Amino acid sequence: MDDAPVEGVELNKDIEVAPALISVHPNQDSVAVAVGSDLRVFDLRGRCGVSLADESSGPFHKDSIRAIRYSANGKLFVSAGDDKLVKIWSTEAWHCLCSVVSEKRVSAVAISNDGLYACFADKFGVVWVVDLHGLDSNNSPVNKKAVPLLAHYCSIITSLEFSPEGRFLVSADRDFKIRVTVFPKNPLDGAHEIQSFCLGHTEFVSCLAFIHTVDYPQGFLVSGSGDSTVRLWDIVSGSLLDTCEVGTKTGPLECNGDEVGYSTVTDVCTIPDCSLVAVNIQSLQGVMLLSCDLSSRTLAFSMVVSFTGENFIPTSLSSSHSGELLWMITGVSKLHGSDHDSLARVRVLSGFKKSNCDSCHPELIVLGDNEVPGAEKLLEKLQGSVSIEGKVFSAAAEAVKRAMCNLLIKKQYPADNREFRKRTRNDKKIKQ
Amino acid sequence: MLESEVNPTISKSTGLPRKRFYRARAHSNPLSDSHFPVPVSPRHVDYSLHYPHFFPLSDQVQNAKRVRFADVGCGFGGLLISLSTLFPETLMIGMELRDKVTEYVKERILALRVANPGQYQNISVVRTNSMKYIPNYFGKGQLLKMFFLFPDPHFKEKNHRRRVISPHLLDEYSYVLEVGGIIYTITDVEELGEWMKSCLENHPMFESLKDEELEADPVVKLLSTATEEGQKVARNGGQTFQAIYRRIAPPL
Repeated sequence: MDDAPVEGVELNKDIEVAPALISVHPNQDSVAVAVGSDLRVFDLRGRCGVSLADESSGPFHKDSIRAIRYSANGKLFVSAGDDKLVKIWSTEAWHCLCSVVSEKRVSAVAISNDGLYACFADKFGVVWVVDLHGLDSNNSPVNKKAVPLLAHYCSIITSLEFSPEGRFLVSADRDFKIRVTVFPKNPLDGAHEIQSFCLGHTEFVSCLAFIHTVDYPQGFLVSGSGDSTVRLWDIVSGSLLDTCEVGTKTGPLECNGDEVGYSTVTDVCTIPDCSLVAVNIQSLQGVMLLSCDLSSRTLAFSMVVSFTGENFIPTSLSSSHSGELLWMITGVSKLHGSDHDSLARVRVLSGFKKSNCDSCHPELIVLGDNEVPGAEKLLEKLQGSVSIEGKVFSAAAEAVKRAMCNLLIKKQYPADNREFRKRTRNDKKIKQ
Repeated sequence: MLESEVNPTISKSTGLPRKRFYRARAHSNPLSDSHFPVPVSPRHVDYSLHYPHFFPLSDQVQNAKRVRFADVGCGFGGLLISLSTLFPETLMIGMELRDKVTEYVKERILALRVANPGQYQNISVVRTNSMKYIPNYFGKGQLLKMFFLFPDPHFKEKNHRRRVISPHLLDEYSYVLEVGGIIYTITDVEELGEWMKSCLENHPMFESLKDEELEADPVVKLLSTATEEGQKVARNGGQTFQAIYRRIAPPL
């Protein structure tokens, strides 16, 4: 049995719910959103929606998309998920350059800084690598084969990140571990040299991000976890530099009595040039900002930005190289008992550049719907509609929270009905 | 020895635990998420618990001694016990997934320490899944020797990924082994022997030991004689297959 056994049909349905994802082009040329199996892209320069093109007929992805990302140079975009397909897109013409088949459902993706290799991780703990050499917009889509790069034994890999200078690939898993591996010159032969392990989290690690500036080009790693902390690491030595207990800083949270995982960190995003880290916490109606002091190597709580009047608990965050705006999305697919098949709401936080980054509390404003770049056209394209009823989102947030818990938190099976659970085993000797 | 009179699991005559009270199935599921405590990081391993003789105080940071030998899948502890007197100043640990077997080894070590004052203080056992948690116990380049004696063959091809020696897991073992450190493997299953040898041969961080080096190493002989499993194989006249490799610096 590879995956944890499910108790009943109920649990299965909860795991299927997929949170909405957002990713913005490094130069803010476009912004992409994934809601369930639907991939939606909006061209910010041309101020219009983008039609994606692919050789295959029908939907591009046949099941929930679990990871999306732009390459560092902005030329490529990758999407992958439960349909075991990894699709690499050209961001100029927005057609699919190649589709890679994965053996298992994909849980994380990353593209090397030079755009030559794409890595994806599956739910069994294997990280695969695909060679992107020779991918050209003019050629017809290619079918490339992935080879195994490294593995976390039997653990769901939640996040993959390349280090700023491209020397290392960092992978985080559900067994509280973060592994830093040297990314070799010939990754197709495998990445066998482990640089370090960043150990310290006491629950699953859910997200990774790098913080780096011109003065600190190698940067430091920031990680978020189910243990309600955000930690700062030096990946070369694997040492824990600082821990920020975000669980205690949220103030009163909207939680429906379900204590488990209520202040899980679900996403981290660094704002370039600002040394600020934006953090998503389950049940927090807003986004928390932490400030990182790179010289003293510390991470401190800065502030919480809330969205007044709206039930907005972001499921994903993204920022571009310019670091002026923070894009956020909340949403979910396959929500049961709702009229909508999928829901999404995009919001933008602005003011990072204008504010004095040295001050503790930057002046940030949540942009109104008509102030967002692309305004109504963008919202219509990415959200599916311009306005959505607020209370549907609480149900969505609840569903996403449950799905993440079920997937990543190890179940405690009570001892009393152990015999009942073992009833399907066929190797037991009959007792006399 | 009042304790052994009341407790039937310990033999009255030798003071050592009786195996039949610690019987367990030979196979254990390495994929199961059993709930045993796992140290957050190598710095969190409580050495005073395992080696009270060397670490009398609970938080003695001064002592730089660290575990240097690890017996992965130590079974009933035969190898550790033989190595203990051969390398009395070296700290060693056995890792075992099965609960009852770990208890047996614990009792055995405690009894030996009592019966032989000053000896067997350098060995201990921990119940853990070494395929998942080795980086939690050992830091980079900490180990000098790693032992994989008669591992579970997992015959079916679909179960090959559960084998304790695999190309991916060798990355982790090479991480905890010092450059120059040695990995010892032995099995009585020919196919598994070939598999382990081929995994090690193809891994860029390992090179095989030359015959002269194998002759000179006193530990090599123990592989087939020191453990219960090894003795059983010898009794049945079976053949054993070894693969002993050295951890090298990665090629540039």
